[in-house]
Amino acid sequence: MNVGVVTFPGSNCDADARHAAALANADNGDVVHQLWHKDSVIPQGLDAIILPGGFSYGDYLRTGAIARFSPIMKEVIAFANNGGVVLGICNGFQILCESGLLPGALIRNENLKFVCKDVFLKVENTNTPFTNTVKKGSVLRMPVAHGDGRYTASEAEIILLEKNKQIVYRYVSQTGEKNAEANPNGSMHNIAGICNKDGNVMGLMPHPERASEALLGSADGFTVFTGLLAHFQRKQAQVVA
Amino acid sequence: MKHFTANVTVTLRSSILDVQGKTVEHALHSLHMPALSDVRIGKHIQLTVTAPDADTAREEVDDACKKLLTNPVMEDYSIYLTEVVAAEKA
Repeated sequence: MNVGVVTFPGSNCDADARHAAALANADNGDVVHQLWHKDSVIPQGLDAIILPGGFSYGDYLRTGAIARFSPIMKEVIAFANNGGVVLGICNGFQILCESGLLPGALIRNENLKFVCKDVFLKVENTNTPFTNTVKKGSVLRMPVAHGDGRYTASEAEIILLEKNKQIVYRYVSQTGEKNAEANPNGSMHNIAGICNKDGNVMGLMPHPERASEALLGSADGFTVFTGLLAHFQRKQAQVVA
Repeated sequence: MKHFTANVTVTLRSSILDVQGKTVEHALHSLHMPALSDVRIGKHIQLTVTAPDADTAREEVDDACKKLLTNPVMEDYSIYLTEVVAAEKA
């Protein structure tokens, strides 16, 4: 799969995201591109774009608010609206919300503290390009590291998210129970990750790229990258057939 | 053209729990100031606008608030505009 990872000024998980995508590509030799925030074109034939974690533009004004107007974002938005697969991790999720590709907003954690720890996530929707290799209801372990991760939207929006199965990941306990203790930031309905209505754009606060090798304590996050690979291989097989 | 100073106050929408405001409110109450409530903490943005008149200036700032300065999903804002008189500017 041809993946592009955007580097904004202040991104700090871009290299990790490229590394995890390259690991998924190990058997096919496809390249992972670094995309620059000032680029106004994206490489031809790109399958997916990743907006990585970090503190783009120092989180000034609001997280993701300034990155959303980077020249590359015009391309990312057009790519997503054209059905292209876009993944936003942490700050990337915040940028996707600011740009309107995903509904809602991410505000200051309820306890007003930066939270950096492993959390457990229940996979609620496996019918996405990112989660198609895991069983519905699986509990995955990945780290979070953010100060502004409290997912907020209007009640009407939340009802729509639930109805359209747009909630992809929820914070749960190790045994899979959804409760307040398992929620690291006060997100509404324990929401950790959502997708758009078509399922081609997803954002999540936890870091799958930091949990993509057993060496890092968990390889559960790698399912996002193997999911993408499986999705594009299936698509390619359909084209050939 | 005239110059205006715009002061924009941004707060979390009333439907969203303002944790900082709540914490400060509790602190005020523990300082025996029960008359104070509904504390909201936000941010203050000040800028200069060059425009032919106050209405145009306000429209410019309002546009900036909608596009960049605030996020309507989570924030409310108010604009306070004052004209900068020439003597003051010099």
